[in-house]
Amino acid sequence: MTLDSKIPAGPLAEKWDNHRFQSKLVNPSNKRKYDVIVVGTGLAGGSASASLAELGYNVKTFCIQDSPRRAHSIAAQGGINAAKNYPNDGDSVWRLFYDTIKGGDYRAREANVYRLAQVSSNIIDQCTAQGVPFAREYGGQLANRSFGGAQVSRTFYCRGQTGQQLLLGAYSSLMRMVGVGKVELFTRREMLDLVVIDGKARGIIVRNLVTGTMERYVADAVVLATGGYSNVYYLSTNAKGCNVTASWRAHKKGAYFANPCYTQIHPTCIPVSGDYQSKLTLMSESLRNDGRVWVPKKKGDDRAARDIPENERDYYLERKYPSFGNLVPRDVASRNAKEACDDGRGVGPSKTAVYLDFADAIKRDGEDVIRQKYGNLFHMYHKITDEDPYKMPMRIYPALHYTMGGLWVDYNLMSSLPGLYVLGEANFSDHGANRLGASALMQGLADGYFVIPYTIGDHLATADLPKVSTDHEEFVKAEKEVSERQNKLLSINGKRTIADLHKELGLLMWDNCGMARNEASLKKALKKIPDLREEFWNNVKVPGSGEELNQALEYAGRVADFMEFGELLVSDALDRKESCGGHFREESQTEEGEAKRKDDDYSYVAAWEFQGVGKAPKLHKEELVFENVKLTQRSYK
Amino acid sequence: MSDTINLTLKLWQQKGPNEKGRFLTYEAKNISTHASFLEMLDVVNDELMEKGEEPIAFDHDCREGICGMCSLVINGRPHGPDGGITACQLHMRKFKDGETVWIEPWRAKAFPVVRDLVVDRGAFDRIIQAGGFVNVNNGGAADANALPIPKRNAEAAMDAAACIGCGACVAACRNASAMLFVAAKVSHLSFLPQGAVEKRERVLNMVKAMDEEGFGSCTNGGQCEAECPKEISVSNIARMNREYLAASLSSS
Ligand SMILES: Cc1cc2nc3c(=O)[nH]c(=O)nc-3n(C[C@H](O)[C@H](O)[C@H](O)COP(=O)(O)OP(=O)(O)OC[C@H]3O[C@@H](n4cnc5c(N)ncnc54)[C@H](O)[C@@H]3O)c2cc1C
Ligand code: FES
Repeated sequence: MTLDSKIPAGPLAEKWDNHRFQSKLVNPSNKRKYDVIVVGTGLAGGSASASLAELGYNVKTFCIQDSPRRAHSIAAQGGINAAKNYPNDGDSVWRLFYDTIKGGDYRAREANVYRLAQVSSNIIDQCTAQGVPFAREYGGQLANRSFGGAQVSRTFYCRGQTGQQLLLGAYSSLMRMVGVGKVELFTRREMLDLVVIDGKARGIIVRNLVTGTMERYVADAVVLATGGYSNVYYLSTNAKGCNVTASWRAHKKGAYFANPCYTQIHPTCIPVSGDYQSKLTLMSESLRNDGRVWVPKKKGDDRAARDIPENERDYYLERKYPSFGNLVPRDVASRNAKEACDDGRGVGPSKTAVYLDFADAIKRDGEDVIRQKYGNLFHMYHKITDEDPYKMPMRIYPALHYTMGGLWVDYNLMSSLPGLYVLGEANFSDHGANRLGASALMQGLADGYFVIPYTIGDHLATADLPKVSTDHEEFVKAEKEVSERQNKLLSINGKRTIADLHKELGLLMWDNCGMARNEASLKKALKKIPDLREEFWNNVKVPGSGEELNQALEYAGRVADFMEFGELLVSDALDRKESCGGHFREESQTEEGEAKRKDDDYSYVAAWEFQGVGKAPKLHKEELVFENVKLTQRSYK
Repeated sequence: MSDTINLTLKLWQQKGPNEKGRFLTYEAKNISTHASFLEMLDVVNDELMEKGEEPIAFDHDCREGICGMCSLVINGRPHGPDGGITACQLHMRKFKDGETVWIEPWRAKAFPVVRDLVVDRGAFDRIIQAGGFVNVNNGGAADANALPIPKRNAEAAMDAAACIGCGACVAACRNASAMLFVAAKVSHLSFLPQGAVEKRERVLNMVKAMDEEGFGSCTNGGQCEAECPKEISVSNIARMNREYLAASLSSS
């Protein structure tokens, strides 16, 4: 199969308009004849469910949590970008497009990114209309802040809880549609397989997490909005339940997985404190607006931060990148923190941390102003570390945070499997090899509110979709496979806990395919993962039964998928012998140690086709064509 | 401060909504004071599993105080002894070596126990479904700056909107009333011009749904505010009562 990205013809700025005009529509009274399954209720799934239901489709929506309002999007702190240019500082659709393409290190599709920038303004309008309480200026207008990788202020925010407020907005629209009967909501359900009939996605198998019953659902199209896969690294800033299961099972059914090695390490997280650690907490990047990053100049300096005089501190980001300073993109900030620590200049008990210092900002603006901007983040930091960041600098270290890779989708957000759409963090579409801060929320809502409502109609109107029932043999087969796998997990009764095995996988991934990667480390990981997978399937202990609420069983299923998926991620990293964005191959760097792309050889999207567990996946390349921007090595100096 | 402590845990165990529950006593040894409360439970559950016993089910996800999933009554207090946080943000440094710690689920008629420490909070979703939204379809919204909103109103709306829907207010109330939860949503939307348009219907519909779910009535005990991890103010309840009264008068 060849990959057709379906990028519309014509000038960049007209593509989306033209495309919408040329797409087939489903007439309003026919919409109610179509059923759409949406898996996931984060920003992407929540907004898609609400919008599709408003149009008249019958929507069935699924999530793992007890309420759609608890999807991981709730945790996003810093903000959402939009090219409103309210501050009059030179922003435009073009600039947001350009910043995103450049920030992504020229590994994203121009057409998708341009569309994202185009609809960004509508998102802010829509959310405001829903009652999202964005921060405001005294004159009553919306306030903006700046974020890494941009020289304009285009980030809208709700204190440090932007994701929460945007998600509650989408959730309220979703619940409104539940109320009028257009969305049927299924909470505490986990999708365990995709059902493909005559080459088209037609349904899903889910496990009812309360009763343990396997359930079958049929539809005319399936939309996955199940989030990212950072938890393959065990420790990440993601919620504990985040997983790759839905995407991975779809991949095994034929959907290609694109650029899995593009992972984002966030520079400002609270450092690891002990081996009981179950997750890492992010301190929003917005803090870098006012906080200054530094380490002591001297190696092994054990003095308390306050006792280190100004001239013995190295504000290394300001020193190395004078024009962006503390606001360089995430990958650059992360690698520099690692470098400082590898150089023996890390701080704190573990020596794997750097300072993020607010003393100057507090002196300049006063504690009240800082409290108003970041109060809840400071509070969170204080509660976790027992240290008061108003009095002493925060200690931060990079952690796995976001995954740019995901299921491959075309311009319509349809995967390589007809009828299967993928939205939000689960797809690979818009961020290339690195995502800019405040752009994930934008993309999730763009996909759900403003893209899928237009593009799904074309498939429904043109594809041959005969009625099928859940008795179809493909449903029977899929359910049987899922049950057998579950029974196998329950029957192993080995010696090791699920978390123990997950930690081992995570550490293996972090050490060999983390902030920096090289051929030797990747080959080592590729050798070790299959062994670990075998150890898992022979020696894991999963208590209880399948016919009840069994959190250990849920977890085991997700870890089992990570054990397969990790190998794909590493294979992709090995294939890409260039550095780009979050993917830093040590073999490919400039003399100054900056990432070096190899555009002649690697200017493609790597879309992988599943060939069997433990078998080398098959690579399909989608060449990236840049007609509107000139490729340069990124420089934030 | 790299201390460890030993604790005696009393953990609520209950197979299902209609089964009888009981406390399991468990000696938790060498718990790091830097660990979070849920990390302590992870350790306990791993030990239980290693011994071939079933772990205790509890809800959690974000582990940073924002998803509202975690829902533990610790030593009689929703989300535990420390104010202004959720159970997942509670750290073991708040406990003393040798202490006995009681861990129970939310207890309220409208929140039936699903298993052990996991409860069903679907009632909250159904209350939102009844009116906790602005009736606006996607597409065609006016420019976000077309309607200026005084900063103080936006801030007040945000204060109320900070609710994470965890249900601690219900668990804290002796009548298991959901007034704070409902009032927070009503206030959030009433403070904004976008939401104010439908405020009458909203308050009536949401209160009706709340009553149908079997929550108790509010007798102004104030425990809800005291235990709310987001410190949502009870003044929202007073505001909702006024709105409710006005709405009932004008609709009757
Ligand atoms: C701490 C933190 C802070 C962040 N801050 C920002 C920020 O300031 N700005 C920004 O732009 N981005 C931020 N991000 C990134 C952003 O929050 C996420 O990328 C985005 O919210 C993902 O949204 P989503 O809808 O794709 O998926 P999610 O919100 O992760 O939702 C996934 C949904 O899928 C469901 N699901 C998953 N698997 C299954 C399954 N197998 N079966 C059924 N349902 C399933 C879940 O229940 C959930 O409803 C942050 C991320 C983190 C971790
Ligand atoms: S786990 Fe999310 S609030 Fe506690």
